[in-house]
Amino acid sequence: MTPASSGAPIDVLLVEDSREDVELTLHALQAAKIRNRVHVARDGEDALDFLFQRGPHTKAPTPDLILLDLNLPKVDGREILAQIKSDDRLGRIPVIVVTSSQAEEDIAKTYRLHANAYVTKPIDPAVFLRAVNAIGQFWLEIVRLPRP
Amino acid sequence: MTAMPAVPIEILLVEDNPGDVRLTQEALKDAKVRNTLHVAMDGVAALAFLRHEGKYAAVPRPDLILLDLNLPKKNGREVLEEIKQDDALRHIPVVILTTSQAEPDIAESYRLHANAYVTKPVDLEQFLTVVKSIEQFWLEIVKLSHT
Repeated sequence: MTPASSGAPIDVLLVEDSREDVELTLHALQAAKIRNRVHVARDGEDALDFLFQRGPHTKAPTPDLILLDLNLPKVDGREILAQIKSDDRLGRIPVIVVTSSQAEEDIAKTYRLHANAYVTKPIDPAVFLRAVNAIGQFWLEIVRLPRP
Repeated sequence: MTAMPAVPIEILLVEDNPGDVRLTQEALKDAKVRNTLHVAMDGVAALAFLRHEGKYAAVPRPDLILLDLNLPKKNGREVLEEIKQDDALRHIPVVILTTSQAEPDIAESYRLHANAYVTKPVDLEQFLTVVKSIEQFWLEIVKLSHT
C-alpha cells in the first residue's frame, strides 16, 4: 500500500507564497512516515520554471505530487494547473489545490481543469496543520503515485 | 476544512465483488460525515446511474465515485474515460480502488484523469484502514463540488 517502499524519496512541489503556510506545510510533511523532499516555489513563474525545467531549475526533478495555491503572484494558480494538465510529461502528476477560496464556482472550475483534489485552507493554524497532515497521510501513505 | 453539509454526501461505489462492497459499506457506516453509499456492480450500470438512465431516473448525482478497474460488461478504464469526457460529470472526483499494482495501470489511470489511485490490500484489516483513509481525506478534508 505504500508507494515509496522502493527507496527514492517522494518529490513534492509546494507552490505557495505565504511564508507561514510554507512553514506549516514543511513541518507537517517532515512528520510523514514516507520519506519526501519538498521543493518550494514562491510564485507562479518560479513554479512553471521548476516544472518545465527552465531558468534556474534546469536540473529540477519531475515532482511526484504538487500542492498548489490558487492566488499567486506573477502567474495565477489556475493557469499553472491548466498548463500542467495539458502537458504530456506533467499531466499525470496529482495536483492538490490548497487555497483559501471557498467559492463553489472556484471548486467546480478547478475540478473541471482536472485538479486531483480541492482543499480549503483553514484560518486556524492548528486546523491547517491537521489538514496538511491528512494530505500527507493520504497521498504519501495510501495513494499509489505515478512514478516516472 | 469541509463544513458539515446538511445533506449527506452521495457516494457511488462501482464494484462487482460482494465481499468488497460489504467491507466498504462497513467502513463508511461509522464515518464522521453523513454519507449515502450507492452501489453499481458493473460498468454499464455505473454509467446508467450517472446519466440517470432507465431505472436510475431519480437517483442523486454522486459527489464522489469509488471505481474498481476490473468490471463486467464495461471495464473501469472505459467508465473513467467516459466520466472525464462528459461535461456534466467530469468535476466529480473518481478514486480508483483496485487490486492491480501494475505501473501501466497506475500511469494510464492518472492520464485518464483519475483523481487518485489506491490499491486494495488483500488483508481485511488493511482494507478497512484504506477505506477509512479515503473517507477521512475525501469526506472530511476535501471540498467536493456540489453542482
